[in-house]
Amino acid sequence: MLKYDLVVVGGGPAGMAAALKAKECGVERILICERDETLGGILEQCIHTGFGLHYFGEELSGPEYAARFIDEVEKTDIDVKVNTMVLDITTNNVVIAINKQDGLMEISATAIVLAMGCRERPRGAISIPGTRPAGVMTAGTAQRFANIEGYLPGKEVVILGSGDIGLIMARRMTLEGAKVKAVCELMPYSGGLTRNIVQCLEDFDIPLKLSHTVTEIKGKDRVEGITISKVDGNLKPIPGTEEYIPCDTLMLSVGLLPENELSRAVGIKLDKVTGGAVVDQYRETNHEGIFACGNVLHVHDLVDFVTQEAQTAGEGAANYILGKKEYPEFRVHTKGINGVRYVVPQRISIDGSEEPVKLYFRVGQVYTNAAVKVTRNGNVIYAKKKRKLAPGEMENIVIKPEDLQEFSEGDYLFIEVEG
Amino acid sequence: MSYDIAIIGAGVVGSLIARKLSKYDIKIALVEKCNDVAMGTSKANSAIVHAGFDAVPGTLKAELNVKGTKLMGYLCEELSVPYKNIGSLVVAFSEEEMETLKELYDRGMENSVPGLKIIGQDRLHELEPNVSKRALGALWAKTASIVCPYELTLAAAEVAVINGVELYRNFAVNDIQFENELFTIKAESGEQIEAKYVINAAGIYSDYIASLIGDNSIEIVARKGEYLLMDKSLGGVVNHVIFQCPTKMGKGVLVTPTVDGNILTGPSAKDIEGKDDITTTSDELDMVRKYTSYSIPNVKLNAVITSFAGLRAHSTKGDFIIEPSKVNPHFINVAGIESPGLSAAPAIAEYVQDIMLDVCGRLPKKVKWHRTRPEPIRFRELSTVERRELIENDPAFGQIVCRCETVTEGEIIAACHGPIPAWDMDGVKRRTRAGMGRCQSGFCGPKVAEIIARERNQDLLDITKFGDDSNIVVGKTK
Amino acid sequence: MEVRELTCVACPMGCQLTASIDNGVVVSVTGNTCPRGKKYAETECTHPVRPLTTTVKVEGGKHPVVPVKSADAIPKEKMFDCMKVLNEVTVKAPVQIGDVIVEDICSTGINIVATNIC
Repeated sequence: MLKYDLVVVGGGPAGMAAALKAKECGVERILICERDETLGGILEQCIHTGFGLHYFGEELSGPEYAARFIDEVEKTDIDVKVNTMVLDITTNNVVIAINKQDGLMEISATAIVLAMGCRERPRGAISIPGTRPAGVMTAGTAQRFANIEGYLPGKEVVILGSGDIGLIMARRMTLEGAKVKAVCELMPYSGGLTRNIVQCLEDFDIPLKLSHTVTEIKGKDRVEGITISKVDGNLKPIPGTEEYIPCDTLMLSVGLLPENELSRAVGIKLDKVTGGAVVDQYRETNHEGIFACGNVLHVHDLVDFVTQEAQTAGEGAANYILGKKEYPEFRVHTKGINGVRYVVPQRISIDGSEEPVKLYFRVGQVYTNAAVKVTRNGNVIYAKKKRKLAPGEMENIVIKPEDLQEFSEGDYLFIEVEG
Repeated sequence: MSYDIAIIGAGVVGSLIARKLSKYDIKIALVEKCNDVAMGTSKANSAIVHAGFDAVPGTLKAELNVKGTKLMGYLCEELSVPYKNIGSLVVAFSEEEMETLKELYDRGMENSVPGLKIIGQDRLHELEPNVSKRALGALWAKTASIVCPYELTLAAAEVAVINGVELYRNFAVNDIQFENELFTIKAESGEQIEAKYVINAAGIYSDYIASLIGDNSIEIVARKGEYLLMDKSLGGVVNHVIFQCPTKMGKGVLVTPTVDGNILTGPSAKDIEGKDDITTTSDELDMVRKYTSYSIPNVKLNAVITSFAGLRAHSTKGDFIIEPSKVNPHFINVAGIESPGLSAAPAIAEYVQDIMLDVCGRLPKKVKWHRTRPEPIRFRELSTVERRELIENDPAFGQIVCRCETVTEGEIIAACHGPIPAWDMDGVKRRTRAGMGRCQSGFCGPKVAEIIARERNQDLLDITKFGDDSNIVVGKTK
Repeated sequence: MEVRELTCVACPMGCQLTASIDNGVVVSVTGNTCPRGKKYAETECTHPVRPLTTTVKVEGGKHPVVPVKSADAIPKEKMFDCMKVLNEVTVKAPVQIGDVIVEDICSTGINIVATNIC
């Protein structure tokens, strides 16, 4: 059996940042298991720029952002195994992984950081009626074909879902000579960043059809066209609003789901809203010594935040490994109400730490000129005006350490939107 | 090429017939209009082996259902096809439906169905805690089972091929001539073969194929059934095949585990115009959802990973039609094979074998006949020790390609070089389950396409989802 | 005097800007929360520019294409002209991040550089 102090599952931005931070904190034997052929994760296919503004203060492409961390990892003695799939994690922290060179490995770990990322919601999950021809694919699959393999996934494209990947692919396909006929969004607002709507759609006169969905796919072998319909306030298609659009490709960008099969198998408690683990401010799960960060914990909009979160998890894991973890007297829970869909971390360990706690959250609809309020036992401990809040954009607030001292066991910290 | 027997249609029926007849020392062709076997009804159905209490006593359906169900377990074991004898429960929600259960029970007795029992509410909820609390009782049929229908078809066709049967794919028959005791069978592609005897196992197209020799006695109506397939995380919500009582209101839908651990619900039932409409519709799927919740109220309907539709070959005669054509006794119709066609298929193959021995006279047996095929490796089902050994022998099994279903590169390579090689993405999917999981090939799709292209020495541009013009990508970016 | 409503794309904040233009000169910008917003509005109203990212063919590399970007934003109206040039470019492996793929593309004064190794 191989032995490591820390095994990081996933070598994307989260896994690399967590491993590097743990190394910096003094952890000796670290292993990153990456299922793809290189480190970098999904950033390798995100060739557009816009990564790193917060973290590096410059606009990098995905591979460039990843490369900065890959270079750092290479400078250390962190072991990396690529093309390596983790099949299982046992309750006593043994990681079972396979690859071609080493075969099946059993790796004993003092601590584990889960950084497996997320996957896209497929067609089946939203049950679009019609035939099942070739040419229906998720935006991420199309992105891989176009940006890494060099193949054009389609010539006449409709995109369902205005999340960032959908918007980015609208521009990519247009630049490569395809005609993007429309981007449809079920909700009355886009799930993507505003800048992407401007740069990826408006620049190319691609119509964004809000409150629209695809109600039928036509075509025997390859997609021949799709029907879109307007939806009502309950998101149900309105009869009579059908519009047929001939196309050979339907790209789906209808949501990302944290990939938590391994977490589930080891008995980690998951948050129903985020689809990721329930963690404390150190990103430790309910399973002692197992931490989670990045898109496997909750879907992020900016990789910069993934990096920050992963560093927190890496430091938490390091403290655990090095015996520096302060065991909490008790934990308090965070909870989003009145428009706040979720909060991460879901609990705060009250352990005498003097560090502030950053809470990340997302809202459920678009708000303008609203305020974010944090209350404890009815007392407001934080309030801030926000010009705009949108579901596509992750927000954060910082809770000061002195506010945490006031807590007692079983308390809830409520975060809500006002206005 | 000239054959003794040509079998038209490589569905479960045609393939099992081909396997059965492959033990004789004769030349057999199995022709299929699609890019792979099991492309019609055999790939999109309920995947149930019925106990046999549904069919009207005295019909061929009743006889072959009970016989086929008896043969199925052994056959699947022999062919390494996933099969589980889990039993079925027809659930009654009213006193009237309890009466229906008794009728079904009596009919089952008449059809000589073993292992039938009517159980009350308590026993039902003991067996199936998630069945609606309003259920009053159920008819328990212990012989009912679940099977992987396309794997069964593939396995049967593979055994046939191993024993010398020649498989023609993309051979869409559109003309049959009979001259000098020989059929000339032509395909749309211009290809043609000759055969002394023809077995028409063309599923929903069996009436069309019969009409090519002037036999217009068969009328097949395609009856569409739509299904929802749920994620494995729902596994265990039911442990038996759960039927609803047939009522005036309709047939209801079934909820069942699949051999792979998913949950399947459906089908709706709608007669359609034409024979190629396998669209899913929101109305029918809503109906399936509604009926599903009626049986199993707390089933999580948002765990759907895919929906699909299949066509059943409903004969207007109401029974299986398995007999030499009145127009030409060397042309054997095997038509109208709708439910319980899958259950009956092993018995249909035996029945057709007897007909062939009858019309051909004595057939010489092969000196050596291979009963089965090499067992496919299923990495996800192996123990740690077996996995370790496998990768040591062939490193390709150390590379996971499909994360959701834990499918290795080694399995995909094997599928591309099996007795009936997979030629397309769906072919690999049916053989290995790569792409069948919750991400529905989002991650592994490009990799599977690449492996197929490499193994078949093709460009990625030529790789299709299921043959014809179903190409995955349309060009190069540069 | 012309007034234009803009959404700033300088960063993911997406501030709503209002620019007043007089005789082709931006005289005032409101709604921005940082100096980059003001600069964006000024550029956008006079000579809009965009970063360009795509791929070019590679010979002998790990993959058939390697990603590239414009080292700085290029005039918006030249985007497709630049694509035409890049569609015809083939580089030889090995490629390093930052390698100049095309110098001064379409006389914009801006280089196209590789953004991954290959």
